[in-house]
Amino acid sequence: MAVATAGAVNAPKKSRVKDRQASMYPIWLLYPAAAIYGILFLLPTITSLYYSLTRWTLFNSEFIGFDNFIQFFQEPFLYQALINTVIFAFVTSGLKVVLGLALAVLLTSPLIARDFLRSVVFFPVLVSTVGVGITFTILMHPTEGVINETLAMIGIDGPGWLVDRNLALYSVALVDVWRGVGLATVIYIAGIVSIPADYYEASRIDGATRWQQFRHITLPLVRPAMFTVIILSFIGGLRLFDLIWTMTKGGPGFSSDVMASVVYKQYQSGFYGLSTAGNVVLFVLIAVLAVPLNMFLNRKVVTR
Amino acid sequence: MMLKKLNATLAMGGATALALSLAAPAYAQDQVELTWLVDNGPSTVDIAEALVAAYEEKNPNVSIELEIRPGGGEGDNIVKTRLATGEMTDIFVYNSGSLLQAIAPQQTLMPLTDQPFMDNVQEAFQSVVSTDGEVFGVPYGAAQGGGILYNSAIYEELGLEVPQTWDAFMENNSAIDEAGYIPVIQTFRESWTSQIFVLADFYNVLQAEPDFAERYTNNEAKYATSEAAQKGFERLAAIHEAGYTNEDFNALGYQEGLEMLANKEGAHYPMITFAIPSLETNYPDQVDDIGFFALPGDDADSNGLTTWMPAGVYVPQTTSNPEVAMDFLGFIASVEGCEAMIDAVGANGPYLIEGCGLPDDVVPAVRDMLPYFEEGRVEPALEFLSPIKGPALEQITVEVGSGFRDPASAAELYDQDVRKQAQQLGLEGW
Repeated sequence: MAVATAGAVNAPKKSRVKDRQASMYPIWLLYPAAAIYGILFLLPTITSLYYSLTRWTLFNSEFIGFDNFIQFFQEPFLYQALINTVIFAFVTSGLKVVLGLALAVLLTSPLIARDFLRSVVFFPVLVSTVGVGITFTILMHPTEGVINETLAMIGIDGPGWLVDRNLALYSVALVDVWRGVGLATVIYIAGIVSIPADYYEASRIDGATRWQQFRHITLPLVRPAMFTVIILSFIGGLRLFDLIWTMTKGGPGFSSDVMASVVYKQYQSGFYGLSTAGNVVLFVLIAVLAVPLNMFLNRKVVTR
Repeated sequence: MMLKKLNATLAMGGATALALSLAAPAYAQDQVELTWLVDNGPSTVDIAEALVAAYEEKNPNVSIELEIRPGGGEGDNIVKTRLATGEMTDIFVYNSGSLLQAIAPQQTLMPLTDQPFMDNVQEAFQSVVSTDGEVFGVPYGAAQGGGILYNSAIYEELGLEVPQTWDAFMENNSAIDEAGYIPVIQTFRESWTSQIFVLADFYNVLQAEPDFAERYTNNEAKYATSEAAQKGFERLAAIHEAGYTNEDFNALGYQEGLEMLANKEGAHYPMITFAIPSLETNYPDQVDDIGFFALPGDDADSNGLTTWMPAGVYVPQTTSNPEVAMDFLGFIASVEGCEAMIDAVGANGPYLIEGCGLPDDVVPAVRDMLPYFEEGRVEPALEFLSPIKGPALEQITVEVGSGFRDPASAAELYDQDVRKQAQQLGLEGW
């Protein structure tokens, strides 16, 4: 899923028309794929737009106009979730971008057991999110969790990571960074490795320091990778559900609710129309934030 | 993973159904296979296994395969989705009362109104599984009460008496606090446990406003404007303000709450009596020290118990073999079936089947509950009298019980939540 998004985001767009004319394959070869995409993706998206305007039980639906959306923005805890979602996306993608780059630079330098360390960094990506969530819920237990017991040993009274309403969202964000930074690192490594060694060689002869090399060669040339990481982790942060649900269920109270958990709860309570409206809001939110971001970032890519 | 498993079982069930419909008429001789979806609560599964074993012994040609689903909201989703897609098992267990209304029983379930075995089922239960004059389920297990489970060893040690009023309850809490025990155990990691002070207070609400349920359903009575109804939220807040809860109330779960109660760390645990079997199983040596009393109200003269009706067993319209399924429901509603349930999980409340009494050796907490039923000092919880229950109540009560929302605004917020549910159900006047 994530990888597919990356491909779509970075696909070159300029010469598409020309390619099609020059193509030696008949255009109808596209139809099967288009049919699958249409039936499984476009059609549900369009019907969900309709159902978001209805009050919908399992068996019939009644058209109620924009009432669902009005309801959505009137309820204090639904609105709170919208803000939490944006905070969460910014915090997690920001940390992944910075930490991922640092790790990637470290793991591309000559290092003992470098391949092993790369696997270690990537490993959390392979673990089931639900497993990660449950494990960290236990580690973050306020009195019996390993984290706070360790802190207690050095005399620090650890906070209630997941039970303090001001902290719960950020605790989950930290875990999400731990889980997702490996993927960011791998993308960065690919970007760094593809930078020709000549640049570094030439700059070394000119007497550049390691920092100058990083600042003026690595950083500008790794930008395409960085933008992929930003977009991927930002969208991933906006639509995160599984980690929140396994760790806090949006609690305590409503304090760590995000859009996806609210939508799920509304669906679970049988408010299908309202939860579909929530999905449409989430869809619009992602589009409104991610599309301009993508356009902005693409414009800044340095051509070599 | 879970779903995959379910789907596989489902496919097998479908194949069986097909085979059965070809060989339908002479079911008495042929081998009949039915599937039965139950939730994963430990006593639920025990009851189901006992019933199946007893029934299969009587009817060797029938075999009933259990499918286990998660409980709570996730289980809700499975039941609703499978009903909506016509892929429900032949028989299933689901809530009675307001939640039943959400699965549109008239459109999805077989009515039992004309079945002779319904005469065995007490009226109190029939009323919570009925819609538009049709009855849809038989009781699955015993009726429960909502109130306070308490540690009678602590009570004895401090010379306390079971409180009949809220003020007496708070005085007890103060004495317990001074003696160094935790007065009230709260376990908000599992947020549903936070609702008891509000839900179990409904007997007291009805004493003050006898027509509350009806007016509430008709959009006339509100939590925010009814003094009696708001008291539940106020009392939850009062317990927190007085500092009577355990410090880690936000991090503990239900099982840990029971453990604290059984191990004499805490004196009171607001809970529904369905916790008793779990106490019996896990703390057999301590269970004799656990008692129960109804949530006290303002007045000792009008003290009584808010009750929860058991879940129901239902047959969907898509069942592969309605005759055998009905016969099985008849067995559940018989004295024989009732005794099988008692053998399996003990007697933890009245079973609501005519002629099915409780044995004499029930645990103290159950014995404490029975007088309320015998003296008629019981009222069903609101969710059985009105189809509307707001789904966000447990989050709201967590906020109130943790001290970051005041009772008045909680009541208002809950009224909004309730409105959504009423509109979704298409009730008049909302």
